[in-house]
Amino acid sequence: MARGDRKAGCYICCMTDPLLDLRDIHKSYADTPVLSGVSLSMQAGETLALTGESGSGKSTLLHLAGGLDQPDSGAILLQGHDIAAMDDAARAEARRNRVGLIFQQFNLVPSLTVAANVALQARLAGRHDPAFCETLAQRLGLSDLLARYPEQLSGGQQQRVAIARALAPRPALILADEPTGNLDEETGDVVLSLLLDLVADTGAGLLMVTHSQRLASRLSRRIHLSRGVLVRE
Amino acid sequence: MLYTALSSLISHWRRRPGQLTMLAIGLALATALWSGVQAINAEARAAYDRAAATLGQDQLSRLVSATGRPVPTEDFIALRNAGYLVSPVISGELRDGNGRLRLLGIDPLTAPAAAQGPALDTEVDLAAFFTEPGLLLVDEATANGPLPDGIPPVVVSDGVPPAAAITDISTAARLLGQTDPSYLLVAPTQPFGLPPIAGATDLRIVAPNEANDISRLTDSFHLNLTAFGLLSFGVGLFIVNAAIGLAFEQRRATIRTLRALGTPLRTILLALGLELALIAIVAGLIGILLGYLIAAALMPGVAGTLRGLYGAEIEGVLAFSPYWALSALFITLLGAAAAAVQAMIRTAKMSLLAPAMPRAWAQASRRAITLQAAVAIVLFVVAAGLALFGQGLIAAFACLAALLIGAALTLPALMIIALKFIPGRTAFGEWVLADTRQQIPGLSLALMALLLALSANIGVSTMVGSFRTTFVGWLDQRLASELYVTASDPTEAALLMDAIRPDVDAILPIVSAELTLFDQPAEVFGVIDHPTYRQAWPLLAEDENPWDAVATGNAALINEQLARRENLSPGDILPLAGGLPIVGIYSDYGNPIGQAIISLGRFSETFPNVQPSRFAIRIDPSEAPAMASRLREEFGLPAEAVTNQDQVKAFSIAVFDQTFRVTGALNILTLGVAGIALLTSLLTLASLRLPQLAPLWAIGTTRARLAWVELARSLGLAVLTFLFALPVGLVLAWILLALVNVEAFGWRLPLSLFPGDWVRLFGLALLAAGLAALGPAVRLARMPPARLTQIFAQER
Repeated sequence: MARGDRKAGCYICCMTDPLLDLRDIHKSYADTPVLSGVSLSMQAGETLALTGESGSGKSTLLHLAGGLDQPDSGAILLQGHDIAAMDDAARAEARRNRVGLIFQQFNLVPSLTVAANVALQARLAGRHDPAFCETLAQRLGLSDLLARYPEQLSGGQQQRVAIARALAPRPALILADEPTGNLDEETGDVVLSLLLDLVADTGAGLLMVTHSQRLASRLSRRIHLSRGVLVRE
Repeated sequence: MLYTALSSLISHWRRRPGQLTMLAIGLALATALWSGVQAINAEARAAYDRAAATLGQDQLSRLVSATGRPVPTEDFIALRNAGYLVSPVISGELRDGNGRLRLLGIDPLTAPAAAQGPALDTEVDLAAFFTEPGLLLVDEATANGPLPDGIPPVVVSDGVPPAAAITDISTAARLLGQTDPSYLLVAPTQPFGLPPIAGATDLRIVAPNEANDISRLTDSFHLNLTAFGLLSFGVGLFIVNAAIGLAFEQRRATIRTLRALGTPLRTILLALGLELALIAIVAGLIGILLGYLIAAALMPGVAGTLRGLYGAEIEGVLAFSPYWALSALFITLLGAAAAAVQAMIRTAKMSLLAPAMPRAWAQASRRAITLQAAVAIVLFVVAAGLALFGQGLIAAFACLAALLIGAALTLPALMIIALKFIPGRTAFGEWVLADTRQQIPGLSLALMALLLALSANIGVSTMVGSFRTTFVGWLDQRLASELYVTASDPTEAALLMDAIRPDVDAILPIVSAELTLFDQPAEVFGVIDHPTYRQAWPLLAEDENPWDAVATGNAALINEQLARRENLSPGDILPLAGGLPIVGIYSDYGNPIGQAIISLGRFSETFPNVQPSRFAIRIDPSEAPAMASRLREEFGLPAEAVTNQDQVKAFSIAVFDQTFRVTGALNILTLGVAGIALLTSLLTLASLRLPQLAPLWAIGTTRARLAWVELARSLGLAVLTFLFALPVGLVLAWILLALVNVEAFGWRLPLSLFPGDWVRLFGLALLAAGLAALGPAVRLARMPPARLTQIFAQER
């Protein structure tokens, strides 16, 4: 796809196109390089763990992949469309329709119930499927919590709500930034298992940032970032 | 997508109804005070328009006598004989102890169509109108109000101004004892071939509305009300701004999440705008209702003020106008938008990856405060320039606005400087001071609102107090006579006076006539030569022996209003009775129009038809009650026809107090709104300040002590604000007395100080600040420890 294609437009992608293709990404903050020529690609259905020490650029890479930020140079092809070259509105549309985001801090809307939080992105994308949301809630053990508000939930429960919200619009790519970072080991394992099961069921790709080699080992592929450079895959 | 984003944002208010209430209260109060004042202004202006349209004054030219006397009937006949279409009108005031009525006697047979407009409709019995005793057409309120005794039957007719009656010219002539027309109405189209009417007579042509434009006279009062309404509106918007600012900070994470989930910024801004519009419409409707109630409550006071200050008659009731309601709603939306601009810009500029922690939302930088102070200095210079060189009422109000805005902008910087000079003494004290300095930017809007309310209060109450002191002193001097007697007619008056003359020290006739001076309505009094006047009428400017000159009949005294308006001074010629030199200027507080005093002899020559029916009686004060009783019993005068000095003074002071009741009410309302603004800001900060307070609690400061500190801090800031408001208020009072009053009313007053009022206001300010701080402080004192420990676990 042409880099100059600024609008998201029609997302017809070839079967051979990677789901996500990052090409020679450079990113600096206030003259401090954070990413220096990172390239990687992943296919649909693939689960990829991104590890690295603090400040290595993992979260920055994830934000760029999700269209939350723009690189200084390089291309980010999501299903063949260069989201790095898109304007703000087009990137928002790409996020809404193609990407599910899971944050370490959950980032639920505190004034909405669990049910409304789960359905939020699907409704924004115009693809709300109540039956699917119900299935997700059931599988994530949220069925009895749907009328509650986030502040009435434990950390593990909140993260399960965030996972349901990310999966509800059936995105092609799930980006998870240390999704178990705020949870104890046992709860973290349960949450990750659920996430991997659901990703496998929906056929989405998963790019997950984590500090934990143990958790990373449960994904199909691992890459390591050090000082803004991809050091091993 | 828009609906989903909107419902996500709106859900915030469901969880925080108290905050929504604050926002709605701010908008409703701002709307109420502004729209209430606008409703009052609109009602009064409608009344002026009705008055202006009476007898087609807004469309028809008039012919008046150049001397200010009635138009000789021969002149009218000559003009009619020459073929000119002119119509006579006799106007004057009927007044007795029961009530007063302005009479307008017309000749329906010759009156131009425009002059008969709203009054003489098809429902009036014309036969009864023309024949004795005649009919008086009045509006409904006048018909139901107190009317003078002995008047013909009244008929309610739309379009007659308040406190006025339209009748046949013969009826008016009989009731007023005047045969010559007061003026002639000129038909807009004259018969073809006649030369212009101006060349056919010595009478002077007055253009439509030129002579009796009450709306121009009252502009200053309405400008004053509008200024108060605007001040209250601004103070109300401070509340809205604080509430919206808080909501923005609380929803920062939600907005970021929505954007991360793919909601375009435009959609979020649109949703925020729609949400605000929705709240503004609901709050605006409440505000309109409140505004109507406020206006309806103030309307009788306003009517009293306008009557007392300007002689303008408006009805004391308020009609509901959909146009007014819609314009108020529009203003609410506009105000809400203005208050939300800052939050909207922040939303638009917010980075998608910005940290979600609620930072001290209103923490303006030191640079911003310095910039504010610099702008304030410029405004002070502008205010000084306007005070020294400005002319007109607009310049006076602009001076006032520049001073107030400048003072408000300086406040945060002055507070920070003042706090630097307060010693901390202990580590805890140092923390309190440092923390207070850090909070000032967040509280600055509310403190500015408090400053504006306090300054306005001090300024206006000093102005009213100074006015009252001067007025009461002036009354004590002016009302020197012991008794005032009103007879039913000049004949009875003459009989009465002859009978009591041997038993009193002096009888001073009170006789006056209305006329036009310098194209403005005015009145002239005839006085006899008596020491009472020399002693009781202090003159502001005078020639040598002015009263002697007046006594000769060849000189006049004028009031301060006329002198200032026409820039007259002793030595100038007054165009009255063929031209009289002015020999003195006297203060005449409370009188809306120009006034002149000439000798009784000269008065009788100029106005031969006017005979005195009121008298002031000089008598030994100890004999005054007996004389009053004698007049009532022996001559059968009604109780209200004989009044003593104290009664007149009490009545005058009651009129004065009524005049400024509206101002007092608006003052209190503005202070109340400022108190709510402070409460909103404190609530805002209380919810954002826990991260700063929790560590102090953790290291051993009790919640109760922290709560006391919060309360004491608010009171301390209120004290500082009051100390700053005091000089600002006094300068404001000076501007009101020396600039606004002179421009608006035509008199200048000395500035008096009322420390007792300041103490009362200081107490009120502390009460407002204390009440505002109490809720958040109590909540902090009772906060469960678990809530505070959460702070350490939460994202910061």
